Amino acid sequence: MIEVRNLSKSYGPVQAVRSISFQVNQGEVVGFLGPNGAGKSTTMKVMTGYLPPNEGTVLVDGMDIRENAIEVRQQIGYLPENTPLYSDMVTYDYLEFVAAMRGVQKDDRAERIAEMTNACGLQEVLSKRVDALSKGFRQRVGLAQAMIHNPPILILDEPTSGLDPNQIVEIRELIRTIGKKRTVVLSTHILPEVQASCDRVIIIDNGVLVADGTPEELQANLSAGEHVSITLMDNEEDVAGVLGTWDMAEVVEHGTDVNGEAYFNLNSSSDIRADLFRLAVSNGWTLTGLHRRHENLEDVFRQLTGR
Amino acid sequence: MNQTWTLTKRELRAYFDGPAAYVVLCVFLAITGWFFGNALFLQNVASLRSVFSIAPFIFLFFMPALTMASFAEERRAGTLELLLTLPIRDWQVILGKLLSVALLLLLAIALTFVYALTLAILGDLDLGGTVGGYLGLFLLGITYGAIGIWASSLTRNQIVAFILGFAIIFVLFLLDKITDFVPGQLGVIMQYLGADYHFQNLMRGVIDTRDILYYLSLTGFAFLLTTYTLAKRPE
Repeated sequence: MIEVRNLSKSYGPVQAVRSISFQVNQGEVVGFLGPNGAGKSTTMKVMTGYLPPNEGTVLVDGMDIRENAIEVRQQIGYLPENTPLYSDMVTYDYLEFVAAMRGVQKDDRAERIAEMTNACGLQEVLSKRVDALSKGFRQRVGLAQAMIHNPPILILDEPTSGLDPNQIVEIRELIRTIGKKRTVVLSTHILPEVQASCDRVIIIDNGVLVADGTPEELQANLSAGEHVSITLMDNEEDVAGVLGTWDMAEVVEHGTDVNGEAYFNLNSSSDIRADLFRLAVSNGWTLTGLHRRHENLEDVFRQLTGR
Repeated sequence: MNQTWTLTKRELRAYFDGPAAYVVLCVFLAITGWFFGNALFLQNVASLRSVFSIAPFIFLFFMPALTMASFAEERRAGTLELLLTLPIRDWQVILGKLLSVALLLLLAIALTFVYALTLAILGDLDLGGTVGGYLGLFLLGITYGAIGIWASSLTRNQIVAFILGFAIIFVLFLLDKITDFVPGQLGVIMQYLGADYHFQNLMRGVIDTRDILYYLSLTGFAFLLTTYTLAKRPE
């Protein structure tokens, strides 16, 4: 559906995106992850036809974003970062304006606006001016304008930034509903968002693509083996001495936590909790905590993009 | 083309939803009316010449003021990104904005038809000079407008856009008035490049294609520069 090929983009001397390639298949919801300034927005701006790439191309349904600009743009709904809207317009008029600009036939506009009003919950703000809307409603109007022409592709740049937790959940649910019928590319630096709404994750760091896969795949790749943490009410050095010679697991990290208890993070190839418990008993340790840790997307993200 | 017109309508609504259009129209009418009435009642001159003479000076301020927001505000608010990712060409966006300015200008000019009508009733109206004057007024205004729009595309600050637009137009306005200070041949060139010189020609009732071409090519040039600026996708 969307194919990004060797895309590079620089602003003057600053190279924002370096030869990124990936594909988005029909019906997928793809999350674009990366630290601020990683090149997410730039990539999206090129994909929507706003910025011309320095190198490489973007193909939508086999059509080039530059050569078939008008046709490609018709396929795409776009919500830029910070949701820019004409603040001097009434919501209804604004949606009608976008619908007209998007080529929605005059007779169909009212119906499309009604549909978007329902989908995005805009009933109470239709007759209000855009500059009087709360951030959450602005975001919904932004989503509504992106979908007004019923595009098969949606590109959303940080759709939940600046919203309160309730609004984030609402917008996320909205995106999930929308995503059932469409191809969605959304960028974010909020990790739970990706886990909540995306089929696939693409991680970009410093303009380079560093990972591409389902959230589960990415976690599996990085979290080979088992991770167990324990806390004890014993002398850290003594325990470290015993664990250091124990051949079933490897100590990754140890220290003293805020309660004054010693903690140890261990890596192993199999589940060692039972063995660890017996080891503690045989050494007479007072074990106060023993749990298995799962590497989450946050660990993946930090591992891949940490500098 | 439908979309260009949709954009023009939105721009016009933005002018009339805010105070901008009303302030400009009222002040324009007040100033031209004062000059018209002054000539008519105090000097007993039944002519539109005084109106036409002051208009280029008013436009010098008004056209940059009317156009300073056109792209600068879109850049500041970020709406330019949405506008330029709609399924239309950049030049259609510029044309839509220029058309809205042209229509507002036409309205301002049409409102002064009252003066012409008064003269036609009271005495003899110099038809050639009136038609030429109005044509010149429109061409001059649209040229200034196109320059103002270009100035607005160069910055995200409306004040800067206004001053830039004003400065460029002021140079054009001044060119034919300082020919006394430059040697012969250069003076002729400067006179030809001056915006007011061509307006004076038209005002005399001599509708020469050279004068019309001057305004149209200047408008086209400013339009082209705007296309060029937008193509670089300023942040």
